[in-house]
Amino acid sequence: MSQAVLEAKDLARHYSVRRGLFKPDATVRALNGVSFELYSGKTLAIVGESGCGKSTLARLVTMIEDPSAGTLLIDGKPASVDDMSLRSQVQIVFQNPYGSLNPRQKVGSILEEPLKINTSDDAATRRRKAEEMMAKVGLRPEHYDRYPHMFSGGQRQRIAIARALMLRPKVLVLDEPVSALDLSIQAQVLNLLMDLQKEMGLAYLFISHGLSVVRHIADEVMVMYLGKPVETGTAEEVFSNPKHPYTAALLSATPIADPSRAKNRIRLQGELPSPLKPPPGCPFNPRCWKATDICRQEMPPLAGGETHKFACHHPLD
Amino acid sequence: MALLEIQNLTVEFQTASGLFRAVDNVSLTCDRGEILSIVGESGSGKSVSMLALMGLLPWTAKITADRLAFDGKDLIGLSPRQRRNIIGKDMAMIFQEPMSSLNPCFTVGFQLGETLRIHMGMNRAQRRERSIELLKLVGIPAPEERLSNFPHQMSGGMSQRVMIAMALACNPKLLIADEPTTALDVTIQAQILDLLVRLQKENGMALVLITHDMGVVAETAHRVQVQYAGQKVEEQPVGQLFADPHHPYTAALLAALPERAVAGEKLPSIAGVVPGQHDRPTGCLFAPRCAFVQPDCHQGARRQGRELGEALCNYPLVKGVPLDHPAFAVKEGA
Repeated sequence: MSQAVLEAKDLARHYSVRRGLFKPDATVRALNGVSFELYSGKTLAIVGESGCGKSTLARLVTMIEDPSAGTLLIDGKPASVDDMSLRSQVQIVFQNPYGSLNPRQKVGSILEEPLKINTSDDAATRRRKAEEMMAKVGLRPEHYDRYPHMFSGGQRQRIAIARALMLRPKVLVLDEPVSALDLSIQAQVLNLLMDLQKEMGLAYLFISHGLSVVRHIADEVMVMYLGKPVETGTAEEVFSNPKHPYTAALLSATPIADPSRAKNRIRLQGELPSPLKPPPGCPFNPRCWKATDICRQEMPPLAGGETHKFACHHPLD
Repeated sequence: MALLEIQNLTVEFQTASGLFRAVDNVSLTCDRGEILSIVGESGSGKSVSMLALMGLLPWTAKITADRLAFDGKDLIGLSPRQRRNIIGKDMAMIFQEPMSSLNPCFTVGFQLGETLRIHMGMNRAQRRERSIELLKLVGIPAPEERLSNFPHQMSGGMSQRVMIAMALACNPKLLIADEPTTALDVTIQAQILDLLVRLQKENGMALVLITHDMGVVAETAHRVQVQYAGQKVEEQPVGQLFADPHHPYTAALLAALPERAVAGEKLPSIAGVVPGQHDRPTGCLFAPRCAFVQPDCHQGARRQGRELGEALCNYPLVKGVPLDHPAFAVKEGA
């Protein structure tokens, strides 16, 4: 396989939180030991519930924050927050298109701002590039002079995608790009993302909790729980043959739009433990129906074949 | 007679640029022991129609209906005081955002007890006993300790359970759940849905479930009502709706589900957007986005009979083929 555009090795991010005047600061291990590679034209999906470290990972990959440990290579070069040269290679689209666009900027200036800051293009070139990009994401030329409030959610997400692509990045981080959109609009935006990927050879880091969307768009999947990857592999393998009990529970909890399908839901008890006090051993053990003594003492390593790895002492058949 | 009967409910809002019709002649019935699901995208009027029923809309809303009856009682002419005797007691509602629907200034026990004091006239000891019983019912561990908790000390799933406990406090005959799991994670969503269905069965309640998630509908509802831009476009039992949708909008919505498409292939999407206040088309509201649109659709849409899911469409689909449609009639003849 060709060289990876983005390579993460054992990324970790810890935050220290104050707990009041008389208690020592505590450490939240928001992300721990995450490794993956991203190739151009491919999509890696990060799946997990709130608090599993998905968004922290997005912040590290986009160089908004430095990792506490581990390395991040972009195009083979080590990345850090202070290194401006690599920033244009990785761009991000946020979840809520109602909050991520400046209401006082016109679409044109939203799209041209990245060029103004990062390139020496003159005004005419910037305008030409912005109009080209608008055509590409399915916005009409007359939208150039409009404000974000004049657009619907789906169109706003198109503006956000256009803005992220202005600097021709190699990697696009998509942080729940369709979960704020209506079903019929969601399909339009997913189609657009798939078209753009083919056309521009983009690598996507697709962060989502909607498993049916992930199954549709992803080549590879990484399932995370409490800051740790519990299962990774090709989308095909992970969805049709989940090995980690958490993945299986997540799949069975996702409602499927087919009333005739037999319901045999795996019922998970309890909720996500506090990241301030993660349980010893495997983080999933308090909610797992297969947990034994070894699960409460030892964190299983991520092991398995080339296309499918999982971290579990008692993998499912 | 059905427990809840709504006929031709219309809700209009007074806005700066004229009247905006959020709900347009919607009829709906829900009986004891039944789960009715109202599905639709944002702006389809699904929440507003239920808020109108509960009397929770602001004064700018103008509500008209031919009939708005609950348990044989007419709700239209009721004074606010009389209405309050029913709401929270026989008819209860849970909302989408559990974190913001509880009052942050009061403990869980106080908020639960308020309903019991007003509607049931219970004293302090009885209230405490019933509160603990309710929290146990919705699956909250250590309920005695939870009573003195404030909302910020609980997670989203726990808060939603407390909301459900509050709604169930007086054994309502009708429970309206407005997107009860949208703000929650999938594993918690599964727990809450299981809980709602179990309680509905045990108490023989009527449950109106408002949602936009077709998966949730398929797994919980008995009967489904599809709404689009304030109008009811189709109504069918859940199995038939998914097997043979009669309105083109329902069909397109189901086709746009990622799980129904081949992975990696293009999704069949619906072009355009839901019409807003100013670009409301004349005639059929779905016509500008419809794949089977004909000139007469711009004049108006006919309501079909019960056998065609009461579809609001001139050319309802049967097994994916529009009935009496000129383009398809030619094909069959040739």
